[in-house]
Amino acid sequence: MIQLCSVEELTPGTVTRIARPDLPAPLALVKVGDRVFCIDDTCSHETASLSDGWLDGHEVECPLHESRFDVRTGRPDCPPARRSIRTHAVQLVDGIVYVEESSVAAEEPAR
Amino acid sequence: MSTIAVVGVGLAGVRAGEALRAQGHDGRLVMIGEEAVEPYDRPPLSKQVLLGTYEACDIALTDTASRAELDAEWLLGTRATAFDPVTRHLTLSDGQSLHAEGVVIATGARARTLSGVPELDSVHTLRTLDDARRLRDDLSRPGRVAVVGGGFIGAEVASAARALGHEVTIVEFEQMPLLRQLGSAAAGVLRRLHTDHGVALVTGVSVTGLVGRDRVQAVSLSDGRSLPADVVVVGIGAVPNTEWLAGSGVALDNGVLTDEWCRTTVPGVVAAGDVAAYRCRGGRRLRIEHWTNARDMPATAARSLLATLRGEDPVEQPAHDPLPYVWSDQYDSHLQIAGRPDADDALELVSGSFDSGFVAVYRRDGAVTGVLAVDSPKEFGRLRRELRGTWATR
Repeated sequence: MIQLCSVEELTPGTVTRIARPDLPAPLALVKVGDRVFCIDDTCSHETASLSDGWLDGHEVECPLHESRFDVRTGRPDCPPARRSIRTHAVQLVDGIVYVEESSVAAEEPAR
Repeated sequence: MSTIAVVGVGLAGVRAGEALRAQGHDGRLVMIGEEAVEPYDRPPLSKQVLLGTYEACDIALTDTASRAELDAEWLLGTRATAFDPVTRHLTLSDGQSLHAEGVVIATGARARTLSGVPELDSVHTLRTLDDARRLRDDLSRPGRVAVVGGGFIGAEVASAARALGHEVTIVEFEQMPLLRQLGSAAAGVLRRLHTDHGVALVTGVSVTGLVGRDRVQAVSLSDGRSLPADVVVVGIGAVPNTEWLAGSGVALDNGVLTDEWCRTTVPGVVAAGDVAAYRCRGGRRLRIEHWTNARDMPATAARSLLATLRGEDPVEQPAHDPLPYVWSDQYDSHLQIAGRPDADDALELVSGSFDSGFVAVYRRDGAVTGVLAVDSPKEFGRLRRELRGTWATR
């Protein structure tokens, strides 16, 4: 498990980017109600950082071209993004957010 | 069971087909596309496709699953050549006739070309995948590139050609690129983007001729100069594809005239995307060639058409009146513009600096008319949302 941050660092209504040398890819964390969701931070369309985007309920809107991704499934709602982004299961232990190492391991882009 | 024909299968056409199905059309759906290739997305043509980082498969608008879901008949490599509003028959370029209760006009626009110049092999416009492939082939050899027109297409092509190592010159009629659209402060920023990346700008001149036999050798300019060039790319705007509608009763004026619900002057015929000159609140006519308009307008067109076919009044449905939004990737910079600023609106810096990344707003009589950002997507998103709020209630 990789320790990401404390739950307290996550502000409701915002997307928090976590990019560190020990992470193969930048991640984005979202707190909705009591739950924390973790997705890849990079839009599946081009190279936008989703943490620069807008959060509306369970959807994050890409700041460049407006595709919205559901943080629960990673699916985009409309073009230009067509591919889902990866979602990662997190664990909360004593107020700390962890993510499975194998889940965030770098993968070749689908293209 | 009614038949709906969607004429044109670019982004607007594909989105119209999808919207018709999503909104409950369970009759026949015929998708008519002039090009013989599967529908594709155009923004990457002037960027990733020219640079060779994307192939056709990377820009497909549909895949096997989405096509199955759409359950349409595809007539690709076929053009509509006429429409008879009385018999409701579409005539197709292969001689077929197709009866359709509902028609979506999504024939888009084609690249404007230079008039009065010879047709030469190495002179290009960029609108289709074929265009992009031909230009990419020409850019795979060393040579000097002249780009006519400093708008978004011209700027993106210049950027790609420069990245491929070419000596590039932009020829722009105005004193600065996008001066009439964005005003001098913003146009100055764009000019500097070009010059910082080693692209020359020749401004305040027009092209009077092309020199060459099979391939171009030089561009003749209105100030008498001759600009040597091995490849020329013409990016001087687009012309709506409406010729096939002549005599159809569909009113035309620089595009297909529609109301706020995308209805044309012929019942059961709607239009969306680049070809549609729609009336927005206040009676102003807009024909928007931006990608986001082609993505979003078909939902209104589909809703409106289905309501008409059911005998209901589409006016009870939401009208099309979005906040315009366009982006452009030039060199390593990302530009975003929302709203409809006039060039003489005051441009006020909100954050950053015009020398690097920034967000600025256009104001007229104190009210924000547009947001412009370079490499500041987060702040842009916030201000665009604020503007969208006032746009919706203005």
